[in-house]
Amino acid sequence: MTQLEIKREAVRKPFNRRRKACPFSGPNAPKIDYKDTKLLLRFTSERGKIVPSRISAVSAKKQRKLATAIKRARFLALMPYVSE
Amino acid sequence: MRLYESVFIARQDITSAQVEAMADEFAEIITSAGGLIKKREYWGLRSLAYRIKKNRKGHYVMFNLETGPEALREYERIMGLNEDVLRFLNLNIEEVEEGPSIMMQAKTERSSRGQRDQADADAPAEKDDSSDNSED
Repeated sequence: MTQLEIKREAVRKPFNRRRKACPFSGPNAPKIDYKDTKLLLRFTSERGKIVPSRISAVSAKKQRKLATAIKRARFLALMPYVSE
Repeated sequence: MRLYESVFIARQDITSAQVEAMADEFAEIITSAGGLIKKREYWGLRSLAYRIKKNRKGHYVMFNLETGPEALREYERIMGLNEDVLRFLNLNIEEVEEGPSIMMQAKTERSSRGQRDQADADAPAEKDDSSDNSED
């Protein structure tokens, strides 16, 4: 999984990093579904935590959907609450 | 009448035939109240991400239903009473997905793994021992 570097624009000027587009917006974006664990796992940390949208660049609207989907998947034991 | 998606997890040591019988029984509650079973899927014996009531695996069954609230309440009540059901989740959905769900697609993709799961199911006790050891 390619992680976006968390570098503030203010720190270094020359790198004007383009805002990464939301992976769930656009024409052929994947549907957020609690059954699609493979997809959901890409938005959780190794520990099983939900990755903040500022890192994954998911839009606020989709992040809310994603969070409920992950929580549903956890409830059905499709995904771990914590993985150590 | 509304559309619902329902998933339940059955205990690991019952056979898949028994799971089918259970699913039939639950489906009967809905159909006898005038509801419809839009889709029914058996995802097979999957390993759980964490233990539920000492079970490491469970049989997953999914329904897409079209029914009223009373029948659904009865359906949930019966499931809650059934001790073979580890967990269930009923959701309100906007529309029934066309074709098999992602779970079924993933299963057919790697049929060789499915066979291996089958082998595991034949010797569940052995499997449990090995995973216990790895945790220590």
